Amino acid sequence: MRYRTGFKSTVRSLLVCALASLSLLLVTACGASAPAATAKPADVLPANTGPSAADLGGGSPTAFAKVFTDATAGSKARAASAYADAAKPRPAGQKLKVGFIFVGSQADLGYNQAAYEGSQWLERAQPDVQVLRAENIPETAEVQRVAEQMITQGASIIFATSYGYSGPIKQIASKYPGVVFLHQGDLETRENYGAFFGNIWQLEYAAGQVAGKMTKTNKLGFIAAFPIPQTLLNVNAYHLGARSVNPKVETTFVLTSDWCDPAKQTTAVRTMVDSGIDVFTEHQDCTKTIVEAAERSPNTFVTGYHQDASSAAPRAWLTGAAWNWGPIYSQLVGEIKAGTYKTSVIFGGLDAGFVKLAPLGKSVPPEVQAATLATVEGLRNGTIKPFTGPLKDQKGAVRITSGVVPPDAELQTIDWLLEGITGSLK
Amino acid sequence: MASLAAIQRLHGWAVQLTAPPLARAIGGVGIALFIFGLFLAATGRNPLSAYAALYSSTLGSRTGLSEVGVFMVPFILTGLAAAVPAKVGLINVGGEGQLYLGAWAATGVALYSGLSSPWLMLPAMIAAGFIGGAIWAGVALLLRVWRNLNEVISTLLLNFVAVLFVNIFVFGPWKSSGGFGYPYTPDFSAAATLPALFGTRLHLGLAIALAAALVCYLVLGRTRWGYNMRAVGGNVEAARRQGIPVARYLAVAMLVGGGLAGLAGMSEVAGIQHHLRPGISSDFGYLGFLASWLAGHNPLALVGAAFLLAVIFVGGDVLQITANLPSAAIYILIGLMLFLVLGLKKTSREGA
Repeated sequence: MRYRTGFKSTVRSLLVCALASLSLLLVTACGASAPAATAKPADVLPANTGPSAADLGGGSPTAFAKVFTDATAGSKARAASAYADAAKPRPAGQKLKVGFIFVGSQADLGYNQAAYEGSQWLERAQPDVQVLRAENIPETAEVQRVAEQMITQGASIIFATSYGYSGPIKQIASKYPGVVFLHQGDLETRENYGAFFGNIWQLEYAAGQVAGKMTKTNKLGFIAAFPIPQTLLNVNAYHLGARSVNPKVETTFVLTSDWCDPAKQTTAVRTMVDSGIDVFTEHQDCTKTIVEAAERSPNTFVTGYHQDASSAAPRAWLTGAAWNWGPIYSQLVGEIKAGTYKTSVIFGGLDAGFVKLAPLGKSVPPEVQAATLATVEGLRNGTIKPFTGPLKDQKGAVRITSGVVPPDAELQTIDWLLEGITGSLK
Repeated sequence: MASLAAIQRLHGWAVQLTAPPLARAIGGVGIALFIFGLFLAATGRNPLSAYAALYSSTLGSRTGLSEVGVFMVPFILTGLAAAVPAKVGLINVGGEGQLYLGAWAATGVALYSGLSSPWLMLPAMIAAGFIGGAIWAGVALLLRVWRNLNEVISTLLLNFVAVLFVNIFVFGPWKSSGGFGYPYTPDFSAAATLPALFGTRLHLGLAIALAAALVCYLVLGRTRWGYNMRAVGGNVEAARRQGIPVARYLAVAMLVGGGLAGLAGMSEVAGIQHHLRPGISSDFGYLGFLASWLAGHNPLALVGAAFLLAVIFVGGDVLQITANLPSAAIYILIGLMLFLVLGLKKTSREGA
């Protein structure tokens, strides 16, 4: 390796450097002036009428609206009009920029795609909103950089859609007092940091019933990422659903420690198929679990999570729990724009249309289909309350006493697994 | 391929203009940007406005510039981890694993040493980080000495072991009780965090990295040690006949390289993350390796290569946000750069 070069070549390299930076400046100058010319005239704002029952997957628009008014009423935080840049009037034609950060690929046929499609829904519902997106952003301090870049690009609302974003985003929230941060799944709030999530466990219960009826070996497999409360609630609900129709069911719970690691999901599924498990589901962002389970054996079935992924496993697909983020995003952005939003932890279930049942697969017999739809209706109107005591944990200790139905907020912090579930929380 | 020939001719023309190593870098990067621009245009995006956004979000703004600095820290240190052993002819692909071990050791000190003064805590963490990385490189070294196992293979495979080793602790005894079951250690105390600079995320690690690069440059280029190392790297047999203790030089270069990657891990946990968790490195070890090759293993040029990669990485997010590019697109640009800077080397043989 040569370190020293002659005087002549040094001069020449300096010259090229100068030339290169000059052309870069030129390119920059040209590029910077180009997009300004295409600015559109002011958009006409549609009246914010709220979502219809069809938008809510059969949920009620009134219940949907009530979730938000209750959250606002119950919040001690200041109204967004007091601080949010998004609530301030904008010059005509200038769009409100809303940032969305995703932990995985926006085409994962799972969690991130559901959120991505929700962000598209928001854009369609509110034409004066421009969505900025960034995918595959790790749940480390990297998300801070991406959020800050979105804010530099003019975003005044940031949706942090992955659970592990909560810590890093809370750290920077106070640094940007005019920006509203919305976290998908947190249970805490800050001055300008609110959270929201759905009671998707209700559909895990319904899917668990289908699984309990379809299993021949009475062994169900649940492949999850991290032992966080929302995951534990899901596996408990799934197991409860299965047990409600088939008391012999055992559920095996396995953690991969990654929201989407296809290799780990594959290994887990193969081991579990060999051990006789014949119905699989997952709490993963991507769908490798259900694809692998469907391909591994002709006798397996799968239920999905996050959204309709029946196309990935047409034979084995039974049904699944699905999100309905679009109306929620739109409502939140609408309230912030109007200045009425107050940071809070918002939860909605089937009745409010936050979550919905994914389509039933053709392997499901008609009577099971009918029973499942009846269960979903019962969960929606509150006649079915799965977490009614007595319920025992893995060690046989009573965790919910006889006749008690814990409130949703208590369920959201669950940190134990039901009797009949094999697997550890580590 | 006609297009490849055309690129080679274009590149050869660029090389004729100036001194070889710099021309290779600038020419390769320039052509990569040009080809990536064609790719942008072909997908219906305006390459000029995309590059303008890339520029304004990195070098053109204070936060952007500070973020570039944040990324440069691990790139420089893991780059040195490849560059120093490369001087004696060893190829260290293990920067990633050595980074993790450095982060692990520094975290151990941060959580359990009980030191309360940053003047004691930070040097202790730096030492621990360096030793942690050096030990991991030492494993590869021992395998080389005892079993003659090629260090390319051992360092590469040890990367995966390192991640799993750290996971044992993060998922086990070190897991924070306040994380709702999420795997990360408790946050470091204030004494165990590297001071932030200018109210940004930039931290003192940058000074450490730049100092390390300067020291490496001076030692490798201006001292007898450096001369001997290059002699070992050039021709082991000739070096041995000159009376240079070859084995010692090989060992020290590898251990120092590992230690520097360990410092990268230390600065990540102490400067940015403030706790240890899985995935603290976004492939920094591999990207530093890449930066070292881009720079021809010259520590000062490495600072430039790290800067370039940092600009691309920070700007890559902005390309996603503003031009709606998929996140993988940025790897096309980096791949193109590496291919062009290294792959078209033959026109400037004398520079190597």
